[in-house]
Order: sequence, then structure tokens, then C-alpha cells
Amino acid sequence: MSGMSKIVKTITSIAFPFTMIYGLYIIAHGHLTPGGGFQGGAVVASRCAMILFAYGSVWTMGKIKEKHLSGLESLGAIGFICLAFFGLIFGLQYFFNNFLVGEKGLNLIFNQLAIGASNINTAGVLPLMNFAVGLKVIAGLFGIVLVMAYATSLKEGK
Amino acid sequence: MSKRNIAAVIFLVIVAVFFVFSALMMHPFGEPEKTEMDQYIIDNTQGETGADNGVTSVVFDYRGFDTLGEATVLFTAVASVILIFRRLKK
Repeated sequence: MSGMSKIVKTITSIAFPFTMIYGLYIIAHGHLTPGGGFQGGAVVASRCAMILFAYGSVWTMGKIKEKHLSGLESLGAIGFICLAFFGLIFGLQYFFNNFLVGEKGLNLIFNQLAIGASNINTAGVLPLMNFAVGLKVIAGLFGIVLVMAYATSLKEGK
Repeated sequence: MSKRNIAAVIFLVIVAVFFVFSALMMHPFGEPEKTEMDQYIIDNTQGETGADNGVTSVVFDYRGFDTLGEATVLFTAVASVILIFRRLKK
């Protein structure tokens, strides 16, 4: 694919920040509103796929390589597993312990136990895990689409 | 009819009977069976995890191990797709 017309590119550029903010909002508010890392990551990844289809896979491959994306995905996976293992170290000594919340937890920033108060700094380790999974889903889905589109464009001989 | 077709018909009848019986024995739709775990999670989600969204607290806290498996599935899928399509570049 070598990109679409100027109209499609312009509309994609205009719609870019709004949809990106919407996806990132779903990831960041995963512990308060419906959604989470997987869902918001899918929104952001489809946003990136729209850029890919509008501008062409060769142009996008010049901007970001798939090895960077797979590195980001591994970073998300490592963060997720590290947060799970930190429960073994800091909290009540079991896997996937929410060690940032409660009386026995570390009292850092995400420590509030909000009963009905929808503050963003609640829920301990859940927002961090949402960020890790969101990074993983963004990089993974966009990597799949990018690699497939690039291979298709090579097969067409462009 | 050949032997192969007869065997296929017999197999189809067995599978159909199995599915019909299991559909008849299914729990009625919209009336979930209440377990103690449901009520515990509904009561204690906000007090224990601090999350307003109970689904997220189940997915990432109470049943975090399932999410780890889900993430592993996604990771494996992405790794295999990139591995397959990497050869087409050259």
C-alpha cells in the first residue's frame, strides 16, 4: 500500500489527537470506568492502523520499525510480570498481591482506598498494570498490522 | 450409501443428541447461579482494592493469574506473526 489520497490523510491527521486521547483515557481510567488496558490499547492500536492505511506501510515503516514495537511489547510484558512479582517481595508474600493498597501496603501515591470517590490515585497496583498491559496491546496489535501490511506491499512490488 | 457415509450419519446423530440434551440441561438464561465468591467480590471490591470498577479489580487483582495467561497468549501471537513475516522482507 502506498498511501491514500490527500483527503484521507488530512482527515486522519485531524482526528488523530482526539482518538488518541480517548484511547489513553480508557487506559488511564481503567480502574474507575469501564475499559482497561486491553480495550484502550485496542483503540490506540486501531488509531495507529488508520495512520498506517492512510500514509502507506512504506512511509510508516520508515518512521517506526517493527523491532521497536516488539521491544515496547516486551517492556510491557516485563513490567506486568515485575508488578506481579513485587507482590511477593513487598506485600503479603503472594503472587499478584496488591501491595500498594491497604494498611499493610506501601503508602506511596496510589494508596487511597476510595469508597465511592472516583479519584485517579486509587486502587494500588491496578493502574500501573493497566498501563503495562495497554503498552503491550498497543505495540503488539500495531506490530502485527504493520508487519502484515509491509509484507503485502512487498508482494505487490511497490 | 458407502460405509463412510453411514459412519458419518451415525456420528452426526450422536453429536446432535449430545448437543440437544446438553442444551436442554442448560441453566436458564438470565438467572445466574449465586455463589459465595460473587457476593464476596461485590461486597469487598472497593474496600480491599480501592477500585471503583469491579471488573478491573477482578481481572488484575483477584484473578491476576488469568490475565497473565491472556497476556502470554497475545505475546506469543505477536511473536509468531513477526517471526513469519520477517522472512518476506528479503
